[in-house]
Amino acid sequence: MKIAVCLKRVPDTTAKIVIGATRTAIDETGVKFVPNPYDEFALEAAIALKEQAGAGETTVVAVGTDASQETLRTALAMGIDRAVLLQSAGSADGLVVARALAAELKAGAYDLILFGKLAVDDYNHQVGVMVAELLGLPCITAAAKLTVSGSAVEAEREIEGGVEMMACALPAVVTCDKGLNNPRLPSLKGIMAAKKKPLDVKPVTLDGASFEITSLELPAERQAGRIVGEGADAVPALLALLRNEAKVL
Amino acid sequence: MRVLAVLEQRDGALRKVSHEVLAASRQLADQSAGTVDAIVFGAGAVAGMDQLGGFGADRVLHGTHADFALYCPDGASTTIASIGSEYGAIILAATAMGRDLAPRVAARLGVACATDVTALGVEGGSVTVTRPIYAGRILQHGKLTGTTAVVSVRPNTFHPVESGKAGSIAALAVPSFTPRVASKGVKKPDAAMLDVTEASVVISGGRGLKEPANFKLLEDLAAAFGNAAVGASRAVVDAGWRDHGEQVGQTGKTVSPQLYIAVGISGAIQHLAGMRTARTIVAINRDKDAPIFKVADYGIVGDLFEILPRLTEEVRKIRSS
Ligand SMILES: Cc1cc2nc3c(=O)[nH]c(=O)nc-3n(C[C@H](O)[C@H](O)[C@H](O)COP(=O)(O)OP(=O)(O)OC[C@H]3O[C@@H](n4cnc5c(N)ncnc54)[C@H](O)[C@@H]3O)c2cc1C
Ligand SMILES: Nc1ncnc2c1ncn2[C@@H]1O[C@H](COP(=O)(O)O)[C@@H](O)[C@H]1O
Repeated sequence: MKIAVCLKRVPDTTAKIVIGATRTAIDETGVKFVPNPYDEFALEAAIALKEQAGAGETTVVAVGTDASQETLRTALAMGIDRAVLLQSAGSADGLVVARALAAELKAGAYDLILFGKLAVDDYNHQVGVMVAELLGLPCITAAAKLTVSGSAVEAEREIEGGVEMMACALPAVVTCDKGLNNPRLPSLKGIMAAKKKPLDVKPVTLDGASFEITSLELPAERQAGRIVGEGADAVPALLALLRNEAKVL
Repeated sequence: MRVLAVLEQRDGALRKVSHEVLAASRQLADQSAGTVDAIVFGAGAVAGMDQLGGFGADRVLHGTHADFALYCPDGASTTIASIGSEYGAIILAATAMGRDLAPRVAARLGVACATDVTALGVEGGSVTVTRPIYAGRILQHGKLTGTTAVVSVRPNTFHPVESGKAGSIAALAVPSFTPRVASKGVKKPDAAMLDVTEASVVISGGRGLKEPANFKLLEDLAAAFGNAAVGASRAVVDAGWRDHGEQVGQTGKTVSPQLYIAVGISGAIQHLAGMRTARTIVAINRDKDAPIFKVADYGIVGDLFEILPRLTEEVRKIRSS
């Protein structure tokens, strides 16, 4: 089985995010970058599926600057076989990124292409689905459970008030949600092996964007309100405020 | 601008979020002297379809197909794409369905897609959007410059407006499509439970609840409100007390209800990331210095086990009067 995983380098979710001087991007000074957490579920799934099949090849692909090489090496250290960096500054328009990924993936004859359900920086929630559409492949989004047997793919995804069961056939695209698995940490042996694994760098041009960022802004801080009172005796006063002042009752 | 609102139904009835999608669409159309068409998919008639005129739809396009009883990604995207380029904007909800469908439509039309949008506008013929990014820590303002703007709006941010206007319903031709992926059905753990992202009232519990069984207190309060969902902090989800689907925060869900009640939750920054956009926040905590009080509009300091039963009782009284 040939499996590809698309991986994005993103700021650590605990990093302090500061708006940069251009007001259209964040200031990356001192920010720690990590593999997108949802992509780690995809990496783990790819490695586990190959182990289960006993044969195959896993590839990780990123669109990004040279800084993404480090992120790709992390994936190789986890156990992915080879990496491709589509070298470019990236784009705020998910479709433009999807086109670059689709162009690279098209010739690979992959049985399964895995993504994260979303990247925790731009919250775009779209690149995986778009790649599937561009390649004419079936796509299941936000899978929290995934089984592949023969060419049959079954997945479960959380929807409002329930779990939706989806099915398709390989070759397919699946985007991964939390709950799918517990991503392994790179072992020392894996880290050593990763240094010798192939990492191809291919410059790409991303153009044709039809979404542009005009500015970034910090959300308004919420003002602290008031303590209505102490204990159960404060309940009537609270409800009166909710009804007459906040008008939410 | 002509706006296409993509509505959602489940089990043959329109979902509440559909009225919000219409409200967002109406707002955009009114800013650009345009009209709103609403598209509804179903295996047959969908309950509520005939009242959509009053919620802002000038025309309802009804697409029927045997596969449309459940969500059908390929059928829905093929149908929308077949008429999509006639519209300046296509609006969906940022729900499990809308998040799956919006990028499909955008890719088919070859245009960008702005997801989880909380404010919309029109500027020089282009649709402008505001979207929370970095788990709500930053607001991104952007512009869609393609011929059609594909946008998904965050649930609970655009409020349904009723106008009493009449709309018309027209059958929409569903082009032939290849069902590459199929829904095999929906498992409902508790069909009566609302999702935290869609409920108008969210009552969340944290470690202060002491043990899983005590969440019954929150469920009772939710039942007293009627349109409420129970949420949870990560601490109690990690402890296995509650399902991950209920987790509010940076690694859980982002909610924007009318009323958010945090019970026995300290108010860690990662929790605040998921609920700071609620309209009104109430905190119940025995520690008067808990950080949750810094974002709460109203707080009660004290023992939740004493306060909750009283609160439930009083809400019941109000609701039944
Ligand atoms: C990367 C990362 C991501 C995270 N993502 C999330 C997330 O998505 N969502 C999230 O919630 N957290 C998240 N967290 C965890 C977060 O930092 C906190 O640990 C967590 O929110 C604390 O949960 P809590 O408020 O229930 O528990 P605690 O912090 O233990 O607070 C319990 C509160 O209950 C009060 N209390 C106790 N007994 C009573 C009583 N009888 N009556 C009234 N009050 C009482 C206490 O005063 C206290 O304030 C994340 C952390 C990290 C590092
Ligand atoms: N620059 C990128 N390089 C590689 N994969 C990406 C990139 N951006 C997004 N992806 C993939 O698409 C998924 C969804 O991202 P997004 O649509 O940006 O939220 C991510 O989890 C990745 O798997």
